[in-house]
Amino acid sequence: MASLPSPIVESPVETTGNDSRFRLILRRFLRRRLAIAGLSVVLLLFAFAYIGPHFYKWRYDQIDFEAFLQHPSATHWFGTTQNGFDMLALTMRGMQKSLIIGLIGAVLSTGIAAVAGATAGYFAGWADRAIVALIDLILVLPGFLIIAILSPAFHGRTWLIFVVLLAAFQWMITARVIRSMTLSMKEREFVYAARFMGVPDWKIIFRHILPNMSSFLIIDATINVSSLILAEVGLSFFGFGVQPPDISLGTLIGDHWESAQTANGYQFYFPAILLVVLVLSVNLVGDGLRDALDPNAGTAAGKGAGSK
Amino acid sequence: MTQSRPLLEVKSLSVTFPSEAGPVEAVRGLSYHVMPGEVMGIAGESGSGKSVSSLAVMGLLPRRARIAGSVRFEGEELLGRGDKDLSAIRGGKIAMIFQDPLSALTPVYTVGDQIAEAVQVHQTVSKQAAMDRAVELLNLAGIPNPRERARAFPHEFSGGMRQRAMIAMAIANNPKLIIADEPTTALDVTIQAQILDLLLKAKEATGAAIVMITHDLGVMAGFADRLTIMYAGKPLEAGAVDDLYYRPRMPYTIGLLGSIPRIDAAPGTPLTPIEGSPPSLTNLPPGCPFTPRCPMRVDLCRKVEPDLVRMNGSGEEHFAACHRSAEIEQKNLTGLDIFPAPADRTRDFSRVSDVPVLRITGLKKHYPMVRGAILHRRIGTIQAVDGIDLEIREGETLGLVGESGCGKTTTIMEILSLARPSSGAIEVLDRKTAGMTAQDRFQIRREISVVFQDPMASIDPRMPISDILAEPMLTHGVPADERARRIGELLKMVGLRPEHTSRYPQEFSGGQRQRICIARALALKPKLLVLDEPVSALDVSIRAGVLNLLEELKAELGLSYLFVAHDLSVVRHISDRVAVMYLGRIVETGEVNCVFNHPAHPYTQALLSAAPLPDPRKERARRRIILKGDLPSPANPPSGCRFRTRCQKFADELNDQQRQKCIDVDPVLCEHGNAGSDHRAACHYAEGGKLN
Amino acid sequence: MVYLAFLVLIATSATYFLAAAALNPRSNFAGRNPPPPPAVIDAQLTSLNLNDKTPILVRFGRWADGVLHGNLGLTIDHDSVNAEMGRRVGVSLRLLLIGSLLGSLCGIAAGAWSAVKQYQLSDHAMTLLSFAILSVPTVVLAVFLANAGASFNDAIGHRLVYNTGEYTPGLEAWSGADVVNRLQHLVLPSLVLILQGLAFYSRYQRNSMLDVLGSDFVRTAQAKGLRRSQALIRHALRTALIPMGTFFAYEFALIFIGSIFVEKIFSWHGMGEWFVQSIQKNDVNATAAIGMFVAVLVLFAGFLSDVVTVTLDPRIRRA
Repeated sequence: MASLPSPIVESPVETTGNDSRFRLILRRFLRRRLAIAGLSVVLLLFAFAYIGPHFYKWRYDQIDFEAFLQHPSATHWFGTTQNGFDMLALTMRGMQKSLIIGLIGAVLSTGIAAVAGATAGYFAGWADRAIVALIDLILVLPGFLIIAILSPAFHGRTWLIFVVLLAAFQWMITARVIRSMTLSMKEREFVYAARFMGVPDWKIIFRHILPNMSSFLIIDATINVSSLILAEVGLSFFGFGVQPPDISLGTLIGDHWESAQTANGYQFYFPAILLVVLVLSVNLVGDGLRDALDPNAGTAAGKGAGSK
Repeated sequence: MTQSRPLLEVKSLSVTFPSEAGPVEAVRGLSYHVMPGEVMGIAGESGSGKSVSSLAVMGLLPRRARIAGSVRFEGEELLGRGDKDLSAIRGGKIAMIFQDPLSALTPVYTVGDQIAEAVQVHQTVSKQAAMDRAVELLNLAGIPNPRERARAFPHEFSGGMRQRAMIAMAIANNPKLIIADEPTTALDVTIQAQILDLLLKAKEATGAAIVMITHDLGVMAGFADRLTIMYAGKPLEAGAVDDLYYRPRMPYTIGLLGSIPRIDAAPGTPLTPIEGSPPSLTNLPPGCPFTPRCPMRVDLCRKVEPDLVRMNGSGEEHFAACHRSAEIEQKNLTGLDIFPAPADRTRDFSRVSDVPVLRITGLKKHYPMVRGAILHRRIGTIQAVDGIDLEIREGETLGLVGESGCGKTTTIMEILSLARPSSGAIEVLDRKTAGMTAQDRFQIRREISVVFQDPMASIDPRMPISDILAEPMLTHGVPADERARRIGELLKMVGLRPEHTSRYPQEFSGGQRQRICIARALALKPKLLVLDEPVSALDVSIRAGVLNLLEELKAELGLSYLFVAHDLSVVRHISDRVAVMYLGRIVETGEVNCVFNHPAHPYTQALLSAAPLPDPRKERARRRIILKGDLPSPANPPSGCRFRTRCQKFADELNDQQRQKCIDVDPVLCEHGNAGSDHRAACHYAEGGKLN
Repeated sequence: MVYLAFLVLIATSATYFLAAAALNPRSNFAGRNPPPPPAVIDAQLTSLNLNDKTPILVRFGRWADGVLHGNLGLTIDHDSVNAEMGRRVGVSLRLLLIGSLLGSLCGIAAGAWSAVKQYQLSDHAMTLLSFAILSVPTVVLAVFLANAGASFNDAIGHRLVYNTGEYTPGLEAWSGADVVNRLQHLVLPSLVLILQGLAFYSRYQRNSMLDVLGSDFVRTAQAKGLRRSQALIRHALRTALIPMGTFFAYEFALIFIGSIFVEKIFSWHGMGEWFVQSIQKNDVNATAAIGMFVAVLVLFAGFLSDVVTVTLDPRIRRA
């Protein structure tokens, strides 16, 4: 084929390429002092939970027969429990579980939401109606209740079942948002273009639609980490969540909340305050990410929460 | 008119917004004045600062904007006044009309309440009196059943009606000055004619002066008395409209006028494109902002920004900001002298063969109107496309024109989805889509590709150019080395550098992105390109380049185009044949010169007469056909002829007996004019009307 | 409406099946000493329609038949579920209504204020406060407030607010003293739910308001001569309220869960406390009844939110 003479050779207007987009995002994120503080605290708490135990002389399952219900001291930094367990060791152990539950659950839940929401939005028809009805149904029955009811069934099994359940009741609102984002993205010309050149549907979803929501997905997953940590605490508080011998921040708070009004309140306050610090930091990171990735998103969470 | 003092006097206005990339200098040293009762135009492309400057006059810019200079209204300085002082003037002595009338009205209040509110802000009247006044204003603005319609919410109004309501609100307090910011840009051409007509009536009724802001030099030509052309925040040329249109002295103005396709020009009249795109408003280099795109630039242009200087040869108030305007004036240079003439584009109709690439017969597309989320109840049928025939031969461009809601988008979606139509047939390269297997359909997709309107939305922003261009080839199994070679070839073909393959779409301007879209559409060497409003999202100065490119590609590659547009002048410029759509039907079709020179259908005549010309004298001399009302709902089209409810002929020329035929009998497309020509119109009383 | 009723039906049945499958009332007898003979256990369980030897569909059929006749069955302690529910519903509803109404009103006001003062000190303070509240688990917030209430009483040397129970027994019902006493008990638990509602709504209202602040119609309102503050209140706030209707439904489910903790910590004998006890006691019938209660509540909230949305938004009135 004869190639035409170039009628006009234009050069790109300005160089804001993808790596400079990344730099821009990084710059926006770094400018948020609170987000930076949040990120640092999250990293510190990770180190605290996973590296801390190696440098501390008490193990979480070790009983100090010389110190029952002892207030914080040089030997036991966070004090000990009624049974002589070291509170700091327990807290570190509990935070490990809370962190891992938050992370796995968040990835699972955002993943389910992405697939379900995009499927419903893209294919419309019966798939859409089935998924929307399922979402409505699960929203009618709060996940907290269902997991609590099911909890006797996973007594003595692995805590991973609990994580899966948490994720299974966390994805619906995100899925709605993704569904409505898909509905509008489906009408965007670049999706039409792909369809009209013969690209298969599932490829369009994974190559064009979901990547273009990546900002939203990242933000959602981050916020989900904190929601799931909170949900874990709530359920474990009543004994519906993490089961002994596993320990989480929720079980610690559940075991010791009654001490809060006594002189032995340290048993409650240490894990509780660390928990609040953790969740707050994760939320600050999520908010910072929202500002950096999606400065105009505003009510991303609100957009899709349409009425039934 | 006595030589009174100016109503509004803007001097050295500048507006700067802080931004992440540094301060954005949106307006830099704008000066103009408006005399009582006159129409002052401000024209410019997006980002030229024309809207920002008017918001600055009204004191409606966000707080972070830094404004300097002087704005005097009736001799009093407005800049620096507080919200309280300004709100007494806003809506009272100065009123404003915005571009998008849907978002400009509060969705939760009735139209009547919103107009009554404007009355009550400035006049101490009872609520009832204000409401009566609102109804009166709606009536004045030409809204039928105003008392009833005043109780409607904005979303229940059509675009044109909303703009009428905005105008009613603007004249509520008999303003001295109306600022109209792109008042017709969001509207169809026949509605645009209605609104411009109404604006002039409103001006007469109130005696107000108007500041008219638009990018459309056609609209401006017939509307404004004087004009300022803005570019990159600066006025580049100002003067009486005749001076600017007939004796432009600044290369940008000259280029703009030369790059607009005209409805009164024969097809193939060359357009002179302005290369490049407007500069970013952060970190503007010194010198004239138009320098990088100017074919007449000299070293001085890069260093010193020229001021507006009086042109001696024309009217006494003609100013241009160009170091070389004296030379232009002296030699009387025109667009063709200054801008490089595009390659020889004599039309070669022998290329058009008789082989049809696409044939559509009796295509219908009806959508159910449903209610209910889970249990769908059908409450009606939208007849989006209702029985149309089209044929495109190899090497031919068919222009499909019509206003929004006429069904042209539905038509191309039906073609592109290659699905089995609910009624009628679509044949691509002699193969009916109805009988196709999935495999056939996939194969035929190679032959037909599409370029959409909005280049920002039609490429995936997360992919580099190489992936974007490779996608169709990857999908259709073109081997990797062939793909790589082809990508370079495609980029060269559309006038982009092959080295740019690793860049991302954000790095390109609108015109460049549209070139990328065209390159992608050509990747598989298709026979037919469907072009859906390919230039209407682009700035005026960029359109010409893309249109020229399309023409060159067609000549070189022997492509066929289905060119869909609402802009008649663009269609006339590029098409061989044209089909005019109205409410799901084709009302007139034929060779482009036949249809445009001798429109037979009243709708075509109205469309042509509504299309503005960038030519002040012709515009002033024209008699416009103003169609009544809005497009009827496609769910409930009128009986008989679908156009009769708005038809000027039906209303003014026919007798009752003739009208009865229009009401009872649905006209079919039948041959018109010379036997053997394919000029056909669907009107019982078709005639050979003439443009103007 | 049909759809909503259908959802309640499915949700309630699902709760019953899940509870019947996961809870094991037979295990309640395991710890008894001396262990009762198996026949006695079977008879006991059968009389409660809880015998796992009866196929689950048969049990469900019996239970559903009862429910359709207005009988929710017996608790594990052989009391009427209806009667127990009657005692507890009022307690919970009082908390829920006050929490959700005051919470949403305060939240909307705070959010709108925050948006108008965007990036000013009050906005930052409000944002940080709501972030902090949203990061505190309900348990911790409730325990904290209970303690704070006690310290407050100590500080003023007078018992102004109570942190245990619903009222002090012994006062004449609905006398002035009784009402005041009940209010003194109500303050702290309600405050927990109100604070959470405030944090929740203020975030959304702020965002919704910010979306609207830059709209063309706010500019139009100013262009016709309204002052900025008037334009904001009459046009921006009114429009920004629309999405809030939708959140009401979601928040209501959350607030019910919150009330479970609040009842536990402040020793109120409401539905939440009953729910926890029922699961711990393997009480299938009570659990299913509570599931139904929650489904009805959530759907009622959903219905209310639709009503609110339709009232606020003329665009969907005719749809």
